[in-house]
Amino acid sequence: MNNIRKNRLKDQAFKVWGIACTLLGLILLLIFLGNIFMDGIQRINWSFLMNLPSRSPEKAGIYTALMGSLWVLSLSTIFALPVGIAAAIYLEEYGKKNKLASILEVNISNLAGVPSIIYGLLGLEVFVRIMEMGASVMAGSLTLGLLILPIVIVSTREAIKAVPKSIRDASFAMGASKWQTVYLQVLPASFGGILTGVILAVSRAVGETAPLIVIGALAYVPFAPLTPMDQFSVLPIQIFNWITRPQPGFVENAAAAIIILLFITFVMNGIAVYFRNKWQKKLK
Amino acid sequence: MGKEKNESVIESSLKRKYKLQAKDVNVFYDDFQAIKGISMDIKANSVTAFIGPSGCGKSTFLRLFNRMNDYVDGFRMEGKIFIDDQNINKKKINVEQLRKQVGMVFQKPNPFPKSIFENVAYGLKIQGIKDKTFLQERVESSLKQVALWDEVKDNLNKSALTLSGGQQQRLCIARTLAVEPSVILMDEPTSALDPLSTAKIEELIHELKNKYTIVIVTHNMQQAGRISDYTAFFYIGEIIEFDKTNKIFTNPEKKQTENYITGRFG
Repeated sequence: MNNIRKNRLKDQAFKVWGIACTLLGLILLLIFLGNIFMDGIQRINWSFLMNLPSRSPEKAGIYTALMGSLWVLSLSTIFALPVGIAAAIYLEEYGKKNKLASILEVNISNLAGVPSIIYGLLGLEVFVRIMEMGASVMAGSLTLGLLILPIVIVSTREAIKAVPKSIRDASFAMGASKWQTVYLQVLPASFGGILTGVILAVSRAVGETAPLIVIGALAYVPFAPLTPMDQFSVLPIQIFNWITRPQPGFVENAAAAIIILLFITFVMNGIAVYFRNKWQKKLK
Repeated sequence: MGKEKNESVIESSLKRKYKLQAKDVNVFYDDFQAIKGISMDIKANSVTAFIGPSGCGKSTFLRLFNRMNDYVDGFRMEGKIFIDDQNINKKKINVEQLRKQVGMVFQKPNPFPKSIFENVAYGLKIQGIKDKTFLQERVESSLKQVALWDEVKDNLNKSALTLSGGQQQRLCIARTLAVEPSVILMDEPTSALDPLSTAKIEELIHELKNKYTIVIVTHNMQQAGRISDYTAFFYIGEIIEFDKTNKIFTNPEKKQTENYITGRFG
């Protein structure tokens, strides 16, 4: 009797603790968001999105940084996606499960945890200096592509692993080759999961600042990049730059730019969740 | 061209006495020996049942005939398997081609998460056949063979996963028939189904016998007795007895077989 009451008490205590922990994160986030919105929301309008950087805060816009972010985002996805998915398919479907495979696996997971500034140093040495790309969109995209590659590999592998073995068996037993089985069965069945992982990886790339500063992305670029070899800035760098300015007008600008950046991230996460749910339904 | 060759193989096999043969087969999973020196001859257009307690190697042995063990880690085989007098473990044998000739139905119904039509057409599509009328005809005839056509003909584009378990299993059989194999391997095809669906599948097996050589693994003794012409009793990687089903069930040679069949062990 006593024991049961004790257990029930512990149960209740943990429940309260859990609610408190959940609320802590949520409330802090809400306070932060509220703050940012109060500071920045009135600054968001079409000209803020379309204006070039300027010395006076009222005229300054985020056009170049926004374009730079979109360029880097798309190019790094184009680099990381095929490579990452192909690597994951190899590791899951083709590679033998031996010691070498488990060493590879551990190291890929480790790569996902390497501080992003290290990737910046790698990009600076390899892309900017050795391959002589300079501080271009291309160099930045390749660097961020490398940064998100391990995340793409790990999440794609998880998605592929979730495809039941019975589907592969059925496909092989029908006389399908390995590639046909992967292409016609495994990839379509794991598409939702792969997409979710990719979008989360890309969302991370949008927010990265450190590696891009290391390779020499500029805080002030007069024009939006037109080719991959142009110089560029990105939203986080622009935000950082504005926050360091003394004029209060720039603080407003920074807050507004943060809202735009958050909006991009939320939209992408939303797409990820939507596709995951849609595909899960389809599989059932 | 490959198809013509395949058909001539099927035709000439009808004249032959044995469709499937195993000679001194040993199978190892790393150090564990799963099959111990089994030899066996299986006649064309017959139903052969493999019975025996779990883990006795029946499924492993069955999967040798379409080389489905190839992907299992640590798998190693000695001895020879012949289909129509052809050694299927030779290097130049094309495994994909072999599996079109030797179809397989699994324990749990495993339709692809695609439409009913796509499921049945899969085997043909991966062979590169794109002719729509041909595909439609073949899908229809395959579904008719498994008596599923009337139940699904208006919903061919619906997901196969909306079907009941029994329907799914018949769909899987139709999918196998669509590529016109000559042998069908069945690995406990009714163990996940209700009695009514089981009866339907058994009836189907009985009809399919006229055109195909069928090998079926089953845990259900009555089922083996009902549907098979020959029965092999497996025990710890060996065949204890292999004979006409009638003989095995009424007058087995070995005491061990009798004990198993009457339910005294296993």
